[in-house]
Amino acid sequence: MGGHKLETFLLNSIIPIIFLGLSAGAIYLSGYSAAYVVQEVFTRLGRNLFLVLALIIPIMAGMGLNFGMVLGAMAGQIALIMVVDWAVIGLPGLLLASIMSVPLAIVFGILAGMVLNRAKGSEMVTSFILGFFAKGVYDLTVLFGMGSIIPVDNPELVLSRGFGIRNAVSLIDTRGALDQMIMLNIEMFGQPIQIPLGTYLVIALFGLLIVWFRRTKLGQDMRAVSQSMPVAQAAGINVDRTRLLAIVISTVLGAFGQLIYLQNMGTLSTYNSHDQAAMYAIAALLVGGASVTRATLVNAVVGVLLFHILFFSAPMAGKAMLGKAEIGEYFRVFIAYGVIAAALVLHAWRRRRSESIALKAAAQNLAARQAGESA
Amino acid sequence: MTGDDMTDDPGGLFRCEGISKAFGDTRVLTDVSFSVGRGEVVALVGENGAGKSTLMNICFGMPSIIETGGYSGQLYLDGQPVRFGSPKEALEAGIGMVHQEFSLIPGFTGTENILLNREPVNRSLLESVFGGRINALDRPRMEERAGTALSKLGVTLDQQTHVSQMPVGNKQFLEIAREIDRSRTRLLVLDEPTAVLAESEASILLEAIRKLAADGLGIIFISHRLREVMELCHKVVVLRDGHKVAEMPTRETSVRQIAAFMVHRDKEEAEEQRVAKDFSAAPTALSVRHLWVDMPGERVDDVNLEIRENEIFGLAGLAGQGKLGIPAGIMGLKPAGGEVDFYGQKLPLNDPRACLAAGLAFVSEDRRGVGLLLAESIQMNIGFTAMQLQKQFLKNYFLFATVDEAALEKNALKYIDELAIKCSGPLQKAGHLSGGNQQKVCLAKAFTLAPRLMFVSEPTRGIDVGAKALVLNALRRYNQELGTTVVVTSSELEELRSVCHRIAVINEGRVAGILPASAPLEHFGLLMSGEEVEPEASAPCGEAVPAEVGA
Ligand SMILES: Nc1ncnc2c1ncn2[C@@H]1O[C@H](COP(=O)(O)OP(=O)(O)OP(=O)(O)O)[C@@H](O)[C@H]1O
Ligand SMILES: [Mg+2]
Repeated sequence: MGGHKLETFLLNSIIPIIFLGLSAGAIYLSGYSAAYVVQEVFTRLGRNLFLVLALIIPIMAGMGLNFGMVLGAMAGQIALIMVVDWAVIGLPGLLLASIMSVPLAIVFGILAGMVLNRAKGSEMVTSFILGFFAKGVYDLTVLFGMGSIIPVDNPELVLSRGFGIRNAVSLIDTRGALDQMIMLNIEMFGQPIQIPLGTYLVIALFGLLIVWFRRTKLGQDMRAVSQSMPVAQAAGINVDRTRLLAIVISTVLGAFGQLIYLQNMGTLSTYNSHDQAAMYAIAALLVGGASVTRATLVNAVVGVLLFHILFFSAPMAGKAMLGKAEIGEYFRVFIAYGVIAAALVLHAWRRRRSESIALKAAAQNLAARQAGESA
Repeated sequence: MTGDDMTDDPGGLFRCEGISKAFGDTRVLTDVSFSVGRGEVVALVGENGAGKSTLMNICFGMPSIIETGGYSGQLYLDGQPVRFGSPKEALEAGIGMVHQEFSLIPGFTGTENILLNREPVNRSLLESVFGGRINALDRPRMEERAGTALSKLGVTLDQQTHVSQMPVGNKQFLEIAREIDRSRTRLLVLDEPTAVLAESEASILLEAIRKLAADGLGIIFISHRLREVMELCHKVVVLRDGHKVAEMPTRETSVRQIAAFMVHRDKEEAEEQRVAKDFSAAPTALSVRHLWVDMPGERVDDVNLEIRENEIFGLAGLAGQGKLGIPAGIMGLKPAGGEVDFYGQKLPLNDPRACLAAGLAFVSEDRRGVGLLLAESIQMNIGFTAMQLQKQFLKNYFLFATVDEAALEKNALKYIDELAIKCSGPLQKAGHLSGGNQQKVCLAKAFTLAPRLMFVSEPTRGIDVGAKALVLNALRRYNQELGTTVVVTSSELEELRSVCHRIAVINEGRVAGILPASAPLEHFGLLMSGEEVEPEASAPCGEAVPAEVGA
């Protein structure tokens, strides 16, 4: 039995183990100094972890990886643009943006949740497409609506033609608002290292919130819904509402996550920043050993560490190995999408296997093999 | 026992009047009326497909009824007319129902399932902002309440294990405990609660039901085991083809009379007699050495068996001793180890595909819903595996093949007749069959494969008294005509003795002994309780097969 357990543990952590190897190799090849690597890790953990945590609750509710989290990111960005326009800066600006993003994210979340409730069983594809659709609406709003219908007049924001927001919005006054709140300066490997404790604190608080959330009635209902919608329904749980709440929560948290991300970056690339928000967060979570049906806090932390180490060291590693940094860049994008694709295929395969009775699957495979042999 | 503690006000609690129901053109219930009093246990009996489950689904407001056009007639609760649009409304009115198929969440613990959506919480201030669902669950109280409900039932089981890890009997207790925990429950509907239980478990359940009735609950009890009905119930209502044909106090009737009311089969099938046969010279079909199987609740530790070609071999034993684990392990459905040879060829374990390809087939005891494609027709279900595995029922053209519907239909019609599957025709969806008839379809599916060796677990569970003989005779016939070797697992010793040539008694995960079916009953009893049987005592004269004790 003990051997059995070890085996399942290894099998479950096979992806983190592979990425541990890849990351270590990439660091080694890149030739980055230890201090640089450590600094990058601390920075990126603060920058990305919140976005990844926002994915956990829909997974709990059995809705898979919420590609629709981009809607949350958009809500955050719209709020941020307004706040920049009003010239509220620093931590108050960030707070105001957070507060303003909530109603927006709730509305987006409700809409997304309603759509996903009509697409039970194919939430992931639907939320993926929904992301594209939302991008169109967002672009339209920001490019044509802002400065015309929605009052925005800061000339640094608005395109010279008088409406529409510029491609890049500088967040110089809000940059690091959260990171700098409590910045821990230490020395490691003879180099000064900065640890953004303020951001970590917010993330830790949120982590506790998830732990607590799992114990609430709503958390329990989500677990029930994820396992069997008919049984949950029969027990009187409002399945649709429960699923809707999961998406709304995820969208609101996505907005917060994007704000944390942007305050660290210091610039908003108006039409692109949200693009990768869901993708990279999902890839990181999967690298941490999560699956489409199960994700823990540990998965999130481990995933962000491994994925982002690989992410920042791949270009240099590519250069060192093949003389071209682009190779490394392609590689990391390939990894991100590859991991997602692999997880989705694996999930589809597992579901097919458990859904159709063992006998049916067996019979079909056998028939296919026989057909192959006789051909 | 029966009837003495009935309240003076029968019909006081619940009453159906003139209930009729049709699914499309098929009439399933016609003008059925009966009543249940407080503290009364009413049995609802009838053949497979008589309409018992349908009637109870009506009483419980199931969507499957509402969506198919509702029903006519009137229900009364406490003398007030009621009409339930959903199970929720029925629950709120105080009706609890345990369905023929399980409705449990597999990844939840027993406790979590018992209290599903009725979990006690620690209330907090957040509630006023975010609503009641934001309160944290009160885990200790959950355990306590689940424990109370289970102890009311008189069972002890590990309520903290996941349901997916529990033996099937425990699941049944959990479902009932769930209804008991509802303080509102006044009428409890149990649809074949004992069908999945071994006799020892069933008697615990019957005791629990008596207790509940003594507390004033009204109970509707559906079962095919008429002896149970006689023992437990105050009154019996017999349905035949959707009509109520009898309603009488159990003390004024007998098993024989109830059965006569139920059955109206034109070709009354007498059970064929077992022929004693000597297989000691026959080649070995299946040889099992040091088999262990990791099946929750039915663990197998070390089993050794030699099963001869063309024999009908029985696996007997009490619940939980491991008899069900043996076929599940050999067929690769549960993790297993050891050595299994099939006609001298090594059979890979943990590989269901290889087993099927080698010519083995398995009809599992857990047939509720699984194993059938509920949205497909009966004929497709019966023929599907054979079509995929053996290219039966296909019309081959040069480059492609199409399904030979005519052949499928012919095959299905044969089994519909032989096993008396009650349906509107071979094109009816399997999901629209009654529970017992779905099980017959499972059997027909295995027969169609014409396997060299077939495992059948609990072949007559959930099958009505009249059809049991049909099913057993079919087993005998396929064994003789097609030369199929059959391994039957059953908790009903009488059934095994009537159909098998040799029977192995499984105790504590091992073979306690192998006896010829004609061995005296006491010898089986001794082996089941872990005692030894003298080899010479168990081999009666005239029987060529010697007992192999402690194999
Ligand atoms: N959804 C449906 N559509 C069409 N026919 C149905 C449907 N559900 C049930 N039936 C038919 O109604 C009849 C009664 O079925 P029911 O399930 O009530 O039988 P039962 O008495 O519970 O039998 P069993 O003992 O086998 O469980 C059956 O002939 C069945 O085929
Ligand atoms: Mg039924």
